[in-house]
Amino acid sequence: MNPTPFDIFVLPFTVGMSLLFAYLILKYASWIWYFDRDDKLRILRGLFSLKSLKAVKEIFLESLVHRKMFLVNRRLGYMHFSLAFGWFLLIVIGAFEAHIYMGGAAPFYFPIFFVYFVPDDESFFFARGFVQLMDASLLLVLSGVVVAIVKRFYKRIVGMKSTTQLRLRDKMVLYSLWLIFPLRLLAESATCGLHGSGGFLTYPVGQLMAATLPLEAIEYPLWWAYSIDLCLFFIGLPFSRYMHIPTEMVLIFFRNWGIKLKPDNPILEEVMVLSCPRCGVCIDRCQLNTAVGNHDTQAVYFLQRIRNHEQHSAQAKNCLMCGRCESVCPVGIDLNAIRLRHRQNFTPETFVPQYNNAEAQKVDVVFFTGCMGHLVPKTKDAMVKILNASGDRYWFMDADGGICCGRPMKLAGQTAAAQKLMAKNRQSIIESGARTLVTSCPICYKVFREDYNLEGIEILHHTEYIKRLIDSGKIKVDKKNLAVAYHDPCELGRGAGIYEPPRDVLGSVATLQTTANERKNSLCCGGSLANLTLPSADKARIAEQAMCSLTANHPDVVATACPLCKKTLARTQMAPVEDVAELVAEAMI
Amino acid sequence: MIMQQKNIAIIGGGPAGIEAAASLAGLGHHVWLIEKESELGGHLRLMYNLFPDKRPADEVLQEMLSHVKNPNIEILTNTQVADCKQIDNRFALKTDKGQTLEADAVLMATGYRLFDAARKEEYGYGIYQGVINSFELEAMLKNNTLKNVKGEVPKRVILLHCIGSRDEKVGNHYCSKVCCVTAVKQAIEIKRRHPETEVFCFYMDIRMFGPFYEELYREAQEKWKVTFVRGKISEAAANLDGEIQIKAEDTLIGKPLHMRTDLLVLMCGMEADTDEPVAKQLGIERGVNRFFRSTDNYTLYNNTNVAGVFTAGACTAPMNIIDTIANARAAAISIHEYLKK
Ligand SMILES: Cc1cc2nc3c(=O)[nH]c(=O)nc-3n(C[C@H](O)[C@H](O)[C@H](O)COP(=O)(O)OP(=O)(O)OC[C@H]3O[C@@H](n4cnc5c(N)ncnc54)[C@H](O)[C@@H]3O)c2cc1C
Ligand code: SF4
Ligand code: SF4
Ligand code: SF4
Ligand code: SF4
Repeated sequence: MNPTPFDIFVLPFTVGMSLLFAYLILKYASWIWYFDRDDKLRILRGLFSLKSLKAVKEIFLESLVHRKMFLVNRRLGYMHFSLAFGWFLLIVIGAFEAHIYMGGAAPFYFPIFFVYFVPDDESFFFARGFVQLMDASLLLVLSGVVVAIVKRFYKRIVGMKSTTQLRLRDKMVLYSLWLIFPLRLLAESATCGLHGSGGFLTYPVGQLMAATLPLEAIEYPLWWAYSIDLCLFFIGLPFSRYMHIPTEMVLIFFRNWGIKLKPDNPILEEVMVLSCPRCGVCIDRCQLNTAVGNHDTQAVYFLQRIRNHEQHSAQAKNCLMCGRCESVCPVGIDLNAIRLRHRQNFTPETFVPQYNNAEAQKVDVVFFTGCMGHLVPKTKDAMVKILNASGDRYWFMDADGGICCGRPMKLAGQTAAAQKLMAKNRQSIIESGARTLVTSCPICYKVFREDYNLEGIEILHHTEYIKRLIDSGKIKVDKKNLAVAYHDPCELGRGAGIYEPPRDVLGSVATLQTTANERKNSLCCGGSLANLTLPSADKARIAEQAMCSLTANHPDVVATACPLCKKTLARTQMAPVEDVAELVAEAMI
Repeated sequence: MIMQQKNIAIIGGGPAGIEAAASLAGLGHHVWLIEKESELGGHLRLMYNLFPDKRPADEVLQEMLSHVKNPNIEILTNTQVADCKQIDNRFALKTDKGQTLEADAVLMATGYRLFDAARKEEYGYGIYQGVINSFELEAMLKNNTLKNVKGEVPKRVILLHCIGSRDEKVGNHYCSKVCCVTAVKQAIEIKRRHPETEVFCFYMDIRMFGPFYEELYREAQEKWKVTFVRGKISEAAANLDGEIQIKAEDTLIGKPLHMRTDLLVLMCGMEADTDEPVAKQLGIERGVNRFFRSTDNYTLYNNTNVAGVFTAGACTAPMNIIDTIANARAAAISIHEYLKK
């Protein structure tokens, strides 16, 4: 066994690293401490279960390999992958190398400065291999650093239109991060140059340095610089955006253990906010950026404001809740839910609650068009025609428009009143004896699914219901010579995951075109009720952007499956807009 | 000073075009009055009687038409300008009939387009028979066919103001000015014929901007018992026998309101015709409201960004007939002054 090597220059690193560990342990402990009882139990139950293994796998795939980010943006994915995975390899391989050399008793600074202490000993197991592997890992990291530096100055190179702006503090930590690996290369190469050793990277660089520089004089200061830079980075990390590195891993564990964002528990939100690496993927996805030119409300900026304790009530309100950012966020942050949490004073301008006085009828199917469905009578009439033809015994529950699903009240914070109203609605739905509840409004659909607790009753969006009627032959339709482009409503698509039924139905009554932004990538129509601050002119711009994409192949009709989308898109007057139900009613034979 | 006779092309033969043609001919000029429809008169042709004095529309139209029976005025109905070019200070207009007109000045008197109520689907226009627009009501009054869906005299009629005007959602912020007083005029006419019919007007606010309008509004309330409700109707639906059910909120008492009616009349506003081809070819600028933009709102109201091209009437802003006539005369003087130079 070799004696334990030491030099005073390892101290800055050791101090920095210890402080960081202490900080993180306290932080994690405080998070767990502030979770409620249920969540603490979840952690206990999850800790030694398969869930933890799944979390480890996810950490490997997402935090190290950055699989999701690769899928969204390859160059950006490479940058994050090479930095994270390369560094990970340096740590793991370095640890093996050091522990084999020391027979398992290496102090924790030792692997970091291994080359300085063991410049040319090739006597231990796999020594030559380790040298080459360590060089390869270092090269991987360095390639990521180069991309990162280039990205800062020429953001388009990594395929992004916008990148995030940084505070001074973040910049200092960023520069110390950038410096770590070039310094490591220089320090290791200097030592290798002096000893004529090194791998495929450090050997030539060392030789070059030996030929051009006074190596003996600069080797020691380089190792000092390397250690001090590491120290700076570790101490700055908790106060910078790089806190996302340890936090994201914790988030993955929490998520796998089943901990969910709750309105009254801010802890998970804090974890999520800190987990955002500001990759900026959400910026170009947001139509408030691409159609309206807003550059301060996108998820990354909103989270940044929460994190920095800056004013963010305007940003909380100025969002369509379209979910386009959430659907690509590589960290999987619940962006919509966080936004909603910060809308404490959210109240629709005029809102008149109404109670259900309709008497339940004994039927198979309950149809609920929703308050917005009443604003598109063509769709409503089409549904009535289809229901009449279906042969099902049905009850049009809100035929006279007097009933609300309760969602607006809930959003207005009138929880108790909403509860009462929903209980009443629920009772009449159950009394009807129906097995199926059909609704035209994707928002109602979600409310029925999530808040009504209607076991034994299947809740269908009307496109799903129509698909069944066609498949089972209960209604017959004629395929018309009509080209149709389909707009996925945010709430139905990204919100409820219903992408195929409307397409299947359209395919049997018309020729369905494909469009550039489909399914998960569908654009928001801009009519979102979630944004009360956006001026109509801006909403119109968003609708036009969506319509431009939908009408690129000159369809005869743009079809959609939400009353609000229909109204909003129709307003552009760029093409006729109809609900899927209308097209079916027209094609019925 | 004797001025050489000049040629002026007037696009649009509504009240504005007719009046400007008469004035310009009176000043000694030669005029082509180009109307795409088969007859002159524009929207005036569609009206039964006029506010504020209930004078028959046809009487006014005939009187105006008598002024354009002038050898200096060539009336080209059923005609559209297919191609239009500016060559130095003159304009070469080719009609769809193959005629080429060389004009020293052009007057745009193209009027307005009635807002298409089907764009507000919630009111059921084009879906339910019992929902009509203000010109369709005017036609019923003119042809004496005021009936509900079942062919009976309606027991109740609701007139809904501000359709397509003062409505951010359809992109029209402006007030169309004439629809409030038109509703009052039409409500009185319904009551005069069928005193037993209930008539309601739903408004945001009542805008009685012209002389004797306020008096007409008073008359509607006091003499004819028309009911005015401040409130917005949010949606309409038809029941099985064609009756229209409306949902509204009375914003004065702050209460929701459900009502049934035989007829729902949508008081549609005015919109600029942005597809009009002559303006497009000449590059005439429009304002944010999409009506033609004046060079100066006070002193050069009838001038456009193109020298030699002028505007008159409702193509510059929503306007009643009295103002349209005054505006057309002002345009004629502006053109005359321009041609003198
Ligand atoms: C429901 C309603 C009721 C009304 N009632 C009254 C009332 O009682 N009293 C009152 O004072 N005002 C009333 N008005 C207002 C009145 O309609 C206008 O003031 C008047 O019609 C404006 O005249 P104009 O010539 O500018 O336009 P218009 O009447 O619109 O005439 C324009 C003419 O130009 C023609 N044209 C357009 N483009 C071209 C082209 N490219 N080539 C050739 N021809 C073209 C059109 O065919 C049309 O004939 C009412 C308006 C409405 C909406
Ligand atoms: S919110 Fe998600 S997508 Fe946006 S910067 Fe953060 S991690 Fe990236
Ligand atoms: S939810 Fe939509 S509008 Fe809101 S920030 Fe994300 S992409 Fe932008
Ligand atoms: S979700 Fe909205 S639109 Fe649908 S019924 Fe409820 S309140 Fe109405
Ligand atoms: S005149 Fe009256 S009805 Fe017409 S837009 Fe103005 S306020 Fe509305």
